[in-house]
Amino acid sequence: MKILVCISQVPDTSTKIVLKDNNTAVNTQGTTWIINPYDEWYALIRALELKESGVASDVHLVTVGKADTEPVIRKALALGGDQAVRIDADSNDPYETASYIAEYAKSNGYDLVLCGKESIDYNNGTVGVMLAELLDMDYIGFATNIQVEGSTATVKREIEGGEETDTVSLPVVISCQKGVAEARIPNMRGIMAARTRPLNVVTPTAVTPVAAILSYEMPPAKAGIKMVSPDNMDELVQLLHTEAKVI
Amino acid sequence: MSSTEAVKAIKGGEFLIRETSAEDVFIPEEWNEEQLMIAETCTNFLAQHITPNLVRIDDQEEGLMPHLMEEAGALGLLSISIPEEYGGFGKDFKTSMLVTEKLGAGNSFSVAFSAHTGIGTLPILYYGNDEQKAKYIPKLASGEWKGAYCLTEPSSGSDANSGKARAKLTEDGKHYLLNGQKMWITNAGFADIFTVFAKIDNDENLSAFIVEKSFEGITLNPEEHKMGIKGSSTRQVFFNDCKVPVENLLSERQNGFKIAVNILNLGRIKLGGGTVGASKEVTTQAIRYANEREQFGRPISKYGAIRYKLAQSAIRTYASESAIYRASENMEQATEHLVETGMDAIKAKLKGTEQYAIEAAIIKVHASETLNYVVDEGVQIYGGMGYSAEAPMDRAYRDSRINRIFEGTNEINRMLTVDMMLKRAMKGELDLMGPAAKVAGELMSIPDFGGSEDEGLFSKEKKYIAGFKKAVLMVAGGAVQKLMQQLGKEQEVLMNVADMLIELYVSESTQLRVEKLVSMRGEEACKEQLDIMRVYINDAAEHIAKSGKEAINSFADGDERRMMLMGLKRFTKTEDFNTTQARRNIAAKLIEENKYCF
Repeated sequence: MKILVCISQVPDTSTKIVLKDNNTAVNTQGTTWIINPYDEWYALIRALELKESGVASDVHLVTVGKADTEPVIRKALALGGDQAVRIDADSNDPYETASYIAEYAKSNGYDLVLCGKESIDYNNGTVGVMLAELLDMDYIGFATNIQVEGSTATVKREIEGGEETDTVSLPVVISCQKGVAEARIPNMRGIMAARTRPLNVVTPTAVTPVAAILSYEMPPAKAGIKMVSPDNMDELVQLLHTEAKVI
Repeated sequence: MSSTEAVKAIKGGEFLIRETSAEDVFIPEEWNEEQLMIAETCTNFLAQHITPNLVRIDDQEEGLMPHLMEEAGALGLLSISIPEEYGGFGKDFKTSMLVTEKLGAGNSFSVAFSAHTGIGTLPILYYGNDEQKAKYIPKLASGEWKGAYCLTEPSSGSDANSGKARAKLTEDGKHYLLNGQKMWITNAGFADIFTVFAKIDNDENLSAFIVEKSFEGITLNPEEHKMGIKGSSTRQVFFNDCKVPVENLLSERQNGFKIAVNILNLGRIKLGGGTVGASKEVTTQAIRYANEREQFGRPISKYGAIRYKLAQSAIRTYASESAIYRASENMEQATEHLVETGMDAIKAKLKGTEQYAIEAAIIKVHASETLNYVVDEGVQIYGGMGYSAEAPMDRAYRDSRINRIFEGTNEINRMLTVDMMLKRAMKGELDLMGPAAKVAGELMSIPDFGGSEDEGLFSKEKKYIAGFKKAVLMVAGGAVQKLMQQLGKEQEVLMNVADMLIELYVSESTQLRVEKLVSMRGEEACKEQLDIMRVYINDAAEHIAKSGKEAINSFADGDERRMMLMGLKRFTKTEDFNTTQARRNIAAKLIEENKYCF
């Protein structure tokens, strides 16, 4: 069984977002980049577990990005994975991204495509489902547990107020969230092996994006916190009513 | 001569009499992608395994520390620079220093880690024969076995060669019977392998032995109750007719003291790396707290008194770090050069390290005292919470203190710095006499009142550093001439000269680092680093002047004293500089980034 894991590069969670060009772009100068945690901690690690337990034969990684995303994809290779592909394009549009991955994946016969439930930069959460459509595969989103036996995957996913268990025939695209696997730290052997694992670059057939970002806006500054004594419920109710206006 | 050849030709201690080019120093901003990945693994290891367990570690929960060492071993962190043939990763010295730095933020764990990978493993790796290395190194590298190092005794600490432990060959010639008491043995509680120093019969010098815990006749005292690093195991180890097979003699008979000294050279610079890692972490904690804690309606990071402390912590940490990686690179280059001349790799490593023993001692002192400053101000910034055992500063403060004591006290290291410098001069390895005579001549001449012709970004600082060198040469030269054989007994003067040397080396290292950084990133991107350099060198000038004055006043008198004091003034003169504004700029960056960010 061949697994493809989609890896996205995102700014480190402690990055201070600074806008530029009249709020139409994000200033990424000095940004520390990391692997999107949902892709790393859950999708990639579960794929590696499936390989380690003998269920999968190959784990391939794919990312859409320019050359500056290579350190992040090599970090993913340090965690594991047999090879990686960087699709040489700079895309912020989920449809465009999904199209490039689909074009690559179609010709390589994957049984299971794993991605994070969303990337923590733009939070669209739509590449996975678009990819399934473009590949004509089934899709299960927001998985918390993935088991594969033969050509069937059993997937648990969170639903409103409970949990759902699905079975699905491979091939399938699954987006992953907490619960699917536990985060790992790359070890020295992996870090050194990352250099020797193939990282191929492919040029995609250009796709016209369907969405464009017009402008960004920073969230309003955090309002101060008011401390109310537990003995003073009247004041709390009053504040919730007159200031917060939630009751 | 190419620049690489020039670097190779520079010997340890030569910083006092030669100029170094910025392009020839290694700076931490040059880490490659793989090294950064390794650093991140260390940081993640601390975040996942150490930080959440600090209380359990300090409580010495049974089996926890050895388990954590094994976890580190599983990630490969115990074998970074162990050759691949022994199960390691064969990485260079700088990379192992980077790992030490990153794990240095791990409180007691970092002590256990450093003891195991340094003094616990290296004596066997560097001095063991093939059989000994094959038997012990792979298991130490993986963490399956843990190492400890038994040198200190109740009556022999700094004077290590005076130890009372004795080894005697058995009649059948198959074993040594080891007897003695060793004290302050890090990792003793869970170590499987002890490198033990003892004299065979009535030898003049120590020998070293590899002792397995399973050998008969080893007993341990209970854990010591310590001020800090409570989580690291520290016990007395008793050897009572402990039977050590003759094949476990390490290196040759009476070579133990040399082993101990050479391993300590490495340990000293590594201690520098670990303390810089701790300084960065503590500074970050202090910045975060200062940004969160509000008094009089504003975060305390808005107040100048707090900003001063934050800036000063960062300045000193940055300066220590600059010296550490400069010297690490030099050690590596010296080693490579020796290998190229045909020397065996391990011998070359020891020789290369020994070549920079002066710098290692300087770094040990500077970095440990920097951490002491940083934790002290950390407690202060935390205020009442700094004194509470619930906040991290209490532990950081207590854990820091040992660094000025172990791996040779800072007093011993200061004396060594001067002693080694002078010994090299006597042996003709280091030409101090020529430059010292030149400076003495300069004292008689008319001072140069003209401005510097060089108007480059670093011209002032380079001029100051050239002056610092003259100041050290003048004071040290004067002390040698006046005190002659008595100098060794005038410890106060030795301390003064050592302090001058330390400030000189660290100032120059900081200047070279910032110069190289500016050449890589441009002046605009290095504004705060330039401020760090300027403040550090400005302060160093005053420290050098003060130490120099104290020394001159103690050994010179009359006209000679007056002349030397005037010279000192001239050599440590700096132009007026607004250090307050520079510190404010540095603090503003730290506060904005909410972490140590240089």
